[in-house]
Amino acid sequence: MKLFDTFLTGLSTGSIYSLMSIALVLVWRSTRVINFAQAGQAVLSTYVGYEIIVRTNSFWFGLIAAMIAGAAIGALIDFFFMRALFKRVKSGPIVLVAPVVATLGLLGIIQAITGFIWGLDNKSITPPVTTGGFTIGDRTLPFGPLNLLIVVAVTVSLLILAIIFQRTNIGLSLRASAFSPEISKLSGIKVDAIRTFGWALSGAAGGLAGILFVSNSALNPNAMDVLLVFGFVSAVIGGLDSLIGAVAGGFVLGMAINFAVAYIDTQMIFPTTFLILILVLLLKPSGLFSRSKGRRD
Amino acid sequence: MTLVVNDLTVDHGSIRAVSSVSFTVPTGQLATIIGANGAGKTTLLRALSGLIQPKSGSATWQSNSILNQPPERLARAGILHVADGKSVIAELSVKENLSLPTLWQRDKKSAKSSLDSVFQIFPRLAERINQNAGTLSGGERQMLAIGRAIVAKPKLLLLDEPSLGLAPLIVEQIFQTIKRLQTEMKLTVVLVEQNAMSALKIADEGIVLNLGKVVAVDSAQKLLNDPAVKAAYLGF
Repeated sequence: MKLFDTFLTGLSTGSIYSLMSIALVLVWRSTRVINFAQAGQAVLSTYVGYEIIVRTNSFWFGLIAAMIAGAAIGALIDFFFMRALFKRVKSGPIVLVAPVVATLGLLGIIQAITGFIWGLDNKSITPPVTTGGFTIGDRTLPFGPLNLLIVVAVTVSLLILAIIFQRTNIGLSLRASAFSPEISKLSGIKVDAIRTFGWALSGAAGGLAGILFVSNSALNPNAMDVLLVFGFVSAVIGGLDSLIGAVAGGFVLGMAINFAVAYIDTQMIFPTTFLILILVLLLKPSGLFSRSKGRRD
Repeated sequence: MTLVVNDLTVDHGSIRAVSSVSFTVPTGQLATIIGANGAGKTTLLRALSGLIQPKSGSATWQSNSILNQPPERLARAGILHVADGKSVIAELSVKENLSLPTLWQRDKKSAKSSLDSVFQIFPRLAERINQNAGTLSGGERQMLAIGRAIVAKPKLLLLDEPSLGLAPLIVEQIFQTIKRLQTEMKLTVVLVEQNAMSALKIADEGIVLNLGKVVAVDSAQKLLNDPAVKAAYLGF
């Protein structure tokens, strides 16, 4: 029974990690930037969602607002900040360092702004369903309507993303621009605009991850920092480039953490996370779920 | 209605790759730019298609300047650059590669018909339509790269070393196709080649580039028979 319970909690945490992981992969594969600012984008989007929930008393409006805000913030960051950065920084080792420093800087700025507006104290979001677990006979599962909602919401958004990527023109443009910006440009595709759209999609995924994450915990300016770490490790497990890998990585990490906590100790969350990260980097640096032989650069 | 390149200078990093190059390609003509490795041929082409910014000089197509413009805008205006190294996206299928220029075309019917015309020119691509481009042979990849340019409805085709790494028989085929495209679609073609002999055979004009400078411009026929060019570039 413990095995099954742990599996259920792993499913629920894993799905949120997947979403954050997807948000990071979407930006990485189209711009080769590890977007540390995503923790800030997600937290700001979640605050927007929180405000809407407070005003409308509707979790669903808040969820939609968080996704729209996330998309807008992502697009704005790319349009006004990353584009200018890449126009100026073109060659030399700084090309590798500049985006990292820039997104870390953005993270600090966004968190400071959210702290200034909303304060540093914890806010809570009332989920639309009860947080308790389902009961079977006299046993209460560690998995209830809220967990189910999270898993369903994540699954639906992953399906929507998959349809966008595999079945639509903009999805083909996104894939082509990610694999080869040069060939895409030479084929007449506006790669810059496509990238901004990728940032917007990523922001929406981050906003959704954020609001689902805090519906189970609390919202403060640093609420997404750990989620960023988990999302990043999930993305690395999945090979950074692959959306399916990102999802699989999220579930692998979610399961691993929950099993380590259940069977070893609650202190095992971060040791497990980084042990997996290091093992993947040492044994299969291209990621467990990538088809390519090595990392593309 | 011509491609006019005037006094064009392009740097590649700190190296002067193209130095005061001038030439003209009349509409509907096939000009080949030949020269050894490192002569600046690729850099010249990349400047013409907007991939790099030139240092100075001018280049006009149908009297409009084409320098310092985003490559996607030039592509939409019918200036199609097929880069070297069999420029296809290996992770996408043949169909997806060919569809890239249809993504921005408003007239979906004519986009569809240009796809069909590519399959007529290269029936091999139709057989491999759902395969990933990465699984194609070198010759098929080159067909795919040229096919993608055709779907974009080119007026000026810039081809960078289509013969690179291909067997002589395939090179012959590809070059015949290029010649056919020029005459049937009334294309203006700039063909950059190290394989000077094959290129001059199908070209109207030849431009010989050496260390970034134009050293000879003449009709392809004359260059084929020029003893100096023969000695330096044709290998006999």
